[in-house]
Amino acid sequence: MTTKDTVYIALFAALTAALGLMPPLHFAGAALPPISAQSMGVMLAGAALGAKRGGLALLLFIALVAIGLPLLSGGRGGFGVLLGTSGGFLLSWPICAAVIGYLAERDREGGALKLGAYIALGGIVLMYAVGIPWMAFIGKLGMAKSLSIMVAYIPGDLIKVVVAAILAENLRKAYPNL
Amino acid sequence: MLDLYSPGSSLLHRLPPAAKMLAMLLGATLLFLNESLPITVAATLGILALYPTAQLTLKQAFAQIRPLLIIFVLFFAVQWYFSGLELAAYVVLRLAALILLASLVTLTTQSSDMIDTMTRGLRYLKPLGVNPAKVSLAISLALRFIPVLAQITREVREAQKTRGLERSVIAVAMPLAIRAIKMADEISDAIDSRGYRS
Repeated sequence: MTTKDTVYIALFAALTAALGLMPPLHFAGAALPPISAQSMGVMLAGAALGAKRGGLALLLFIALVAIGLPLLSGGRGGFGVLLGTSGGFLLSWPICAAVIGYLAERDREGGALKLGAYIALGGIVLMYAVGIPWMAFIGKLGMAKSLSIMVAYIPGDLIKVVVAAILAENLRKAYPNL
Repeated sequence: MLDLYSPGSSLLHRLPPAAKMLAMLLGATLLFLNESLPITVAATLGILALYPTAQLTLKQAFAQIRPLLIIFVLFFAVQWYFSGLELAAYVVLRLAALILLASLVTLTTQSSDMIDTMTRGLRYLKPLGVNPAKVSLAISLALRFIPVLAQITREVREAQKTRGLERSVIAVAMPLAIRAIKMADEISDAIDSRGYRS
């Protein structure tokens, strides 16, 4: 790995943290946790950096959260959050970024639409596939109920996929050798 | 540096980070294996009792739980409705105990000490191709980049405001991304030109 790769990894880990500074969207009042822009960092890191660097960027981010830096949206951080109900989603981030990156790297000329499909696959389908069973297990909630809670987040995640796909596609055009 | 650390000189503050992490992981595992409500209540109270001995207030303990209050209420309500009060109390208390336990480590350990411990631990991963020097470079760069990215965002939004575009996500994010990558390129060139070897 070159120095440039190391710097890019740090940049996208920082980007994920910076997305957590954006005010979260309280879409259901106090009934459900708010939507944050942070998982877009996963989508962008994977789509822009590829499997290895994208996955490492998110691994770095999760490591920084685990050692106690308040980098998650709302100033959360520390090992406790990773063990909590949404810990599965957070722990899946490096894998999701790597999978998005793998798919995006294989199909560099695919265009924004296909890139969006890859991002949705890694950033929604895979993330939920890890996060929901984790939530069901930690909260002793059962799969069906956990699933029905998460349905409320799908529209927000789809918007994030669209934004991430447009950004990543433009970035690929601006920096073909990123 | 941004940090959740709360200064102090208690035994918990002075213990090496690695020992605290191991004890925390062991405690968390035990909490998971335990299925009884009374033991969970006892564990929660025991963990809370550790807060004063680590020169932390109960207010600080509550501050650890507060961001997750919505989730706790949600889980409590769903569990109570479907499975009864006892399971609801057990699930939420166990979550609270886990978070209080982990926060105890976070609050009594400086992130810089934690980062040192982590990079020293990375030695053992060298055979797997992990380079500890590069990891610590990436950590310091990432921590430096966060305020820089916030600053660039402010500048781009201000520039786009004059064009009435400050609310457009793409019109702000795209110049931000380009500038950030340009900055990253310049930094890696600067690092290389100073003969950085790792």
